[in-house]
Amino acid sequence: MKGRSLYLDGVTVVFDGFRALNNLSLVVEPGELRAIIGPNGAGKTTMMDVITGKTRPTSGTVRFGDMDLTRLDEPTIANLGIGRKFQKPTVFDDLTVFENIELALKAPRGPIACIKWHLTGEAADRIGQVMTEVGLVERAHDPAGILSHGQRQWLEIGMLLAQDPELLLVDEPVAGMTDAETEHTAAMLVGIAGKRSVVVVEHDLEFVRALGRRVTVLHEGSVLSEGSIDHVQNDPRVIEVYLGR
Amino acid sequence: MSIALTAPPPSRMRLGIRTGLIIAVLLLAALPILNLLPRDSAFHVSDFIVSVTGKWICYAVLALSLDLAWGYAGILSLGHGAFFALGGYAMGMHLMRLIGPRGAYGHPVLPDFMVFLGYTELPWFWHGFQSFPYAMLMVMLVPGALALVVGFLAFRSRITGVYLSILTQAMTYALMLAFFRNDMGFGGNNGFTDFKELLGMPLGTPSARAVLFYASLVLLVGSMLLCAALTRTKYGRVLTAIRDAESRARFLGYDTTRHKLFAFVLSAMLAGLAGALYVPQVGIINPGEFSPGNSIEAVIWVAVGGRGTLVGALLGAFSVNALKTWLTSAAPDLWLFALGGLFVAVTLFLPRGLIGLFDRVKKGRGA
Repeated sequence: MKGRSLYLDGVTVVFDGFRALNNLSLVVEPGELRAIIGPNGAGKTTMMDVITGKTRPTSGTVRFGDMDLTRLDEPTIANLGIGRKFQKPTVFDDLTVFENIELALKAPRGPIACIKWHLTGEAADRIGQVMTEVGLVERAHDPAGILSHGQRQWLEIGMLLAQDPELLLVDEPVAGMTDAETEHTAAMLVGIAGKRSVVVVEHDLEFVRALGRRVTVLHEGSVLSEGSIDHVQNDPRVIEVYLGR
Repeated sequence: MSIALTAPPPSRMRLGIRTGLIIAVLLLAALPILNLLPRDSAFHVSDFIVSVTGKWICYAVLALSLDLAWGYAGILSLGHGAFFALGGYAMGMHLMRLIGPRGAYGHPVLPDFMVFLGYTELPWFWHGFQSFPYAMLMVMLVPGALALVVGFLAFRSRITGVYLSILTQAMTYALMLAFFRNDMGFGGNNGFTDFKELLGMPLGTPSARAVLFYASLVLLVGSMLLCAALTRTKYGRVLTAIRDAESRARFLGYDTTRHKLFAFVLSAMLAGLAGALYVPQVGIINPGEFSPGNSIEAVIWVAVGGRGTLVGALLGAFSVNALKTWLTSAAPDLWLFALGGLFVAVTLFLPRGLIGLFDRVKKGRGA
């Protein structure tokens, strides 16, 4: 592992006069699992958009190792090793679970390379391994469109794993999940961290507690508080803007 | 983990389709032969059937190329007729150069319309077209280059959906207006006609008709095999992924602009080849081929047959054109209403087209 850290400094994003991010600074160390919480409109999704190249910051620095992410587009950033899971699970419905993971699997991404691609035993093993990790082996040849909500979330996490990223950005992974599914997902993410850095955006405080790692609280586009879950839950500013409501 | 390692066996549906296709190609291939039978034979096929079927085969290639762009990559081009027409014009230029001194004005080099319009020498872009290989190259390169430029600008700016469709429609409309102009050097509204020969073979004879028919059939089979092979690779699945969730594909690291551009350019080249074989069979090419209605009709063929299946495109092209040929002679005024009605009906009742219907019948029987 190269062990690059994610570094945001003084990032501001202005949409039509509205400051979605306001001088946001944040560092995520290699292998760290970081939870990010905050009320609606705190800038959590905008922050993900900035890191993955979907939105260009108005000002500020965004670096991954020594790469300046503000200059790169989405596919380039993805290929640098930053994977993203969306709030609403987005998988390719017409393709099977196997094919979804095959597309995510780290491999050359150009048209010609994709035409020439053939499934090696090694690649098939890797896909099988990922499907096992997210518990979808039995569904391998089912189209993703017929999976349940929770299974779609896992398939997406599986696709992230297949990308073999250094940094995973996970947006509200447990929204709409049952308690058992939530627990399973927390364990899955804790297992992933260490080998990779993981940033999880979540509303569900019980889930964040289950992760048991460092928490950053966003409010109005900047960092309000940072520390353990107990620390932020007892921070009077956090209580005022978020937990107190 | 063996479950993950084995691909599912080809379904009975797919085997059935393959058999059906082979039978259809053999039947088509028999037509020019049956045409040779004596007129009073029960199996005699008229000249009209052969030439009209030859035209449909070219339309089927156009439908196939559109299905690659629309059905797989999600690029709903309402201007695919432009690529078909450009291929046709490139072939037309070759045929015009081959007329030589046999034109009405008897000029050794200049085609009739140029003499008529007072040209004294051949415009620069007409040079080279006397050579068949050069003309064939242009048949693919010109549509391909247009697709490359338009596609690059549109896909890079992330123009998708209905905006992209309008853009492609405007593209073919603009080309139609341009080709209508006499000073463009493409014969204005009369276009090109009065072709004499191709590859030393006099046009309009039964043997020329048969040769062009078989050439079209070879193109159709070749395009079908190419598209089928292509869509079965991982590239085909990347296209489907882009069609269904482009931004997700981007976050997986796929440069979707490049992938779409590749499919769009390939599709335009196939459409150009179809147009090139169409022109010598109908004996004329004029700016009417660029008319937006033609492109929309091609979209309807694909929608009727069932998009994203390739076979559906072929089925749609043949069935809608058969209906058109019959209806425009039986009740000419009704054709446009029928076409519009067909599109609405397919959208409402058969979202997966005729192919979807077969599927449903099979399932109903419990097969």
